[in-house]
Amino acid sequence: MLTVSDLHKSYATPQGAVPVLTGIDMELRDAETLALTGESGSGKSTLLHLIAGLDHIDSGDIAVAGISLSSLSDAGRAALRRHHIGLVFQQFNLIPSLSVGDNLAFQARISGRFDPDWQAELVARLGLNGLLERYPEQLSGGQQQRVAMGRALAMQPSLLLADEPTGNLDETTGDAVLDVTLDLVTRTGCAFMMVTHSIRLAGRLERRLHLSAGQLK
Amino acid sequence: MKAVGWILVTLLSHWRRHPVQAVTLIVGLALATALWSGVQAVNQEARRSYAEALDLLLGQQMPTLISSDGQRFSQDVYVALRRTGWAVSPILEGRISINGQQARLVGVEPLTLAGLGGGVGLDSETARSRAFLTPPWRTLAASGTLKALGLQKGDAPIIDENRSLPPVAVLDELPPGALIVDIGVAQRLLAADGLVSRLVLGEQMQNGRTPLRDIVGERLQIVGPRMETDISRLTDSFHLNLTAFGLLSFGVGLFIVNSTIGLAFEQRRPAMRSMRACGVSLGALTAALLLELLTLAVIAGLSGLILGYIIAAALLPDVAATLRGLYGATVSGELTLNSGWWLTGLAMSLGGAGIAATGSLTKIRGLSVLESTRQQAWLTAQRRRHRWQLWLALFLFSGAALLLEFGEGLLSGFAIMGGFLLGGALALPTVLARILELGERLARHPLAKWMWADSRQQLSGLSLALMALLVALSANVGVGSMVGGFRLTFTDWLDDVLGAEIYIRTDTSQQTQSLTDFLADRPEVTAILPHQTAQSRLAGLPVGIEGVTSDRTSRQNGRLLAGGRSAWQEMQAGSAALINEQLANRLEIEPGDRISLPTPTGVWDLRVAGIYADYGNSLGELRVSLDAFRARWREVEQTNLSVRLPHDAVPGLMTDLREEFPWVGGRMVDQSTLKDISQRIFDRTFAVTAALNTLTLGVAGIALLLSLLTLVSLRLPQVAPLWAMGIIRRNLVLMDVGKTLALAAMTTLLAIPLGGLVAWCLVAVVNVQAFGWRLPLHLFPLQWLQLLGLALLAASLAAILPAIRLWRRPPAELIKVLSDER
Repeated sequence: MLTVSDLHKSYATPQGAVPVLTGIDMELRDAETLALTGESGSGKSTLLHLIAGLDHIDSGDIAVAGISLSSLSDAGRAALRRHHIGLVFQQFNLIPSLSVGDNLAFQARISGRFDPDWQAELVARLGLNGLLERYPEQLSGGQQQRVAMGRALAMQPSLLLADEPTGNLDETTGDAVLDVTLDLVTRTGCAFMMVTHSIRLAGRLERRLHLSAGQLK
Repeated sequence: MKAVGWILVTLLSHWRRHPVQAVTLIVGLALATALWSGVQAVNQEARRSYAEALDLLLGQQMPTLISSDGQRFSQDVYVALRRTGWAVSPILEGRISINGQQARLVGVEPLTLAGLGGGVGLDSETARSRAFLTPPWRTLAASGTLKALGLQKGDAPIIDENRSLPPVAVLDELPPGALIVDIGVAQRLLAADGLVSRLVLGEQMQNGRTPLRDIVGERLQIVGPRMETDISRLTDSFHLNLTAFGLLSFGVGLFIVNSTIGLAFEQRRPAMRSMRACGVSLGALTAALLLELLTLAVIAGLSGLILGYIIAAALLPDVAATLRGLYGATVSGELTLNSGWWLTGLAMSLGGAGIAATGSLTKIRGLSVLESTRQQAWLTAQRRRHRWQLWLALFLFSGAALLLEFGEGLLSGFAIMGGFLLGGALALPTVLARILELGERLARHPLAKWMWADSRQQLSGLSLALMALLVALSANVGVGSMVGGFRLTFTDWLDDVLGAEIYIRTDTSQQTQSLTDFLADRPEVTAILPHQTAQSRLAGLPVGIEGVTSDRTSRQNGRLLAGGRSAWQEMQAGSAALINEQLANRLEIEPGDRISLPTPTGVWDLRVAGIYADYGNSLGELRVSLDAFRARWREVEQTNLSVRLPHDAVPGLMTDLREEFPWVGGRMVDQSTLKDISQRIFDRTFAVTAALNTLTLGVAGIALLLSLLTLVSLRLPQVAPLWAMGIIRRNLVLMDVGKTLALAAMTTLLAIPLGGLVAWCLVAVVNVQAFGWRLPLHLFPLQWLQLLGLALLAASLAAILPAIRLWRRPPAELIKVLSDER
């Protein structure tokens, strides 16, 4: 599902280029779950953003579902995300002007994969019954993160990427969100990669990679 | 539904959740479109009326032959031209009085005119019928004209004891204000036997005929239609004034639109990033935003056009009265709009929305999905914008100053005024920010410090609304000063000019002689002052010539703007002329210069002895001694008489005159009535300006209200910490209202000097270019106080609703602000 080959990434600063990722190689198979850990500033989120096609790589290659990102334009990377990748952020990033129901369905609709039955199942599994007509600012943090997760899974992605999905939640809520996420990932058979600084949560996934100073250990 | 459709639905959902913003955008654009399109509708209607008149007179814009001195000439020329095969058609024009109102009488020869392909409506059966061409003849007029003159179909109104119009028939294709008769009838009614005013020329090519010049010599000259359209040319400046006002209002409205679109973009920035993260491409997002803008612009545009029609219908009667009073132009009182007006108005709405949205649309390109959400990002961006706005303001001021030195023409005048206004508006946020910084530095109490600092913070969000307010207030101060000064000057000038107690206008010299003989026997009459008028052309411009008797009255009343003490004596001696200010400005003539005036007896070489004020006259004019006038314009009927007598004897004499001369009724007016009429024309002239001024100020007030409402949610992070520290909400609300009032007051105070500058531009540049005369600059401090009061009232009304919303916010929402990162 995912292949990263000799990936390099640096950011320009007034003092010169600062390397963030150096020679990253990794793979993720279909239906596999992977935790990416590392201290703050190690480049975890940067790697995830590059895999999602949200940023450009300096050198190397990333292939998702057999499609090489380096050969894609911005529109191509957008299309890849739209059809193959579900993204969940720490800050939820729901669309404030859409209801919960519309937020859930958004990516599925624009990718042409909206399935009302799957949507209904997601709503039930994520405990969002009775909340579909509400708006994001009317929900708690945990509820918002479930909606974000639901949006990402509604289009039945090949790859689910989550960047610190429990970072803004308390421990109990975070565990509950991860429980339902893993359950749904198993249900859909998609690959799942989660960036986290919590060793405890990382232990709940099949594999774990540790990023330190831009290199995988 | 396709992906773009879902993206569009998502974008539109923002407006559903923020209806005030949606209303702001649509109302702002609709108002801007309404004021612009309303003014254009009025202009279009007026120009259509001129064009119809033009078609009638010139046979669909054909060249004409007119006398070199502008006078009527013998029809023998017409006969000679026809005999040599030239296709010409004669026209005779003049004015008659019907039911106390002046009407334009046009005599035509319909068969030859129709043969040239000309004459609106005159190729109809009615015009070529026996009834029109043979006794008892017919008078043709549009139904609106008859209504205005108090006539009905079939009436044969009496002009005087010897003359009456042929029975009236309706022909609605004719332009407003014109009475059409056979040319022979017109010659009799206008006492112009054997004379014509012009010959419409079918073609100018010789084609084997005797050359035109061989037949007409130097007596006549050929003019193209554009040179003859004095009405169109004269009224151009009036219409340009209206257009400038419409543009000003459009610009003020666009301030609202720009502010709203900018805020909406920033508020939707997180949503747009989320959409991009979900796989929405930049192209799809941009396309959806453009579709959204198009949808909103069409809704606003159509609403604006409907409103514009209503505004135009309300303004048209006053505009028509103004044009009639100032230029003698006749405009239909009913609006007829074509599809072009609708399309142009819609295009303005779309274009305006596009301009207002340019900044936001270009920001899409740089929209980064990874940019962290920052509270008040929009406000930060606004602050950066203020810096380059200041540079642009300096550039505009410099441009205006350069145009002041080197520019020419009315457009240049408006550009100068626009440069100062826009430059002032662009500089406003920086100037206010510096004032607020100073206040903060000088403040001692922590709450006072917070108020100054928070005002500076709030400034970013309100700057566009305050800029719109500044522009509207400055325009009010400027136009108010100009109109007020004009009113003072006009009233004084009327007192000067209307020295006689009674003014009488006749049709013939015999009538004038009868009156003179009667008045000479009246002991209460202290002076009988005849004066005569004629038309000519000087340096290609039409000019009026007035032959006057210079008595003690004239000299006292005729204060000169320039010229020596002996100017009147020189004029009376017959070797010099006095000219009006308009003529002096247009031809750049000063006292002492010499002019060569064409007259029926040859060119008259005259020295300019002085320049007099002549407000309300759109033409250039010369005053010469009556004796010298009569020596040159021997054929001109003496038709004007002024009478001097004690004021209390006026009613008695007027009654006796009516008894003795029944026809004199509608042609005689006393001084006080004439002053009233003049004042009413003046007031009506500026009624349109006042209406547009008020509307523009209203738009700016709405801009302030809507901006405050829109920014309510962004105020929470500013006030929540103070609430947490123990300041009660009532005090927070009062401080908020106070800050808004302070900003509005500061903007008003800054508008006063800018408005003074606008007033100076109007009187010294625009007015001179448009009308030819210059007004003294008067300033009215009381008007400024009134405007300050109005601005504070508007700001209070604008601030109350947002203040109430803030007051009613539940504590939970304020706590949420403190705990959330927004």
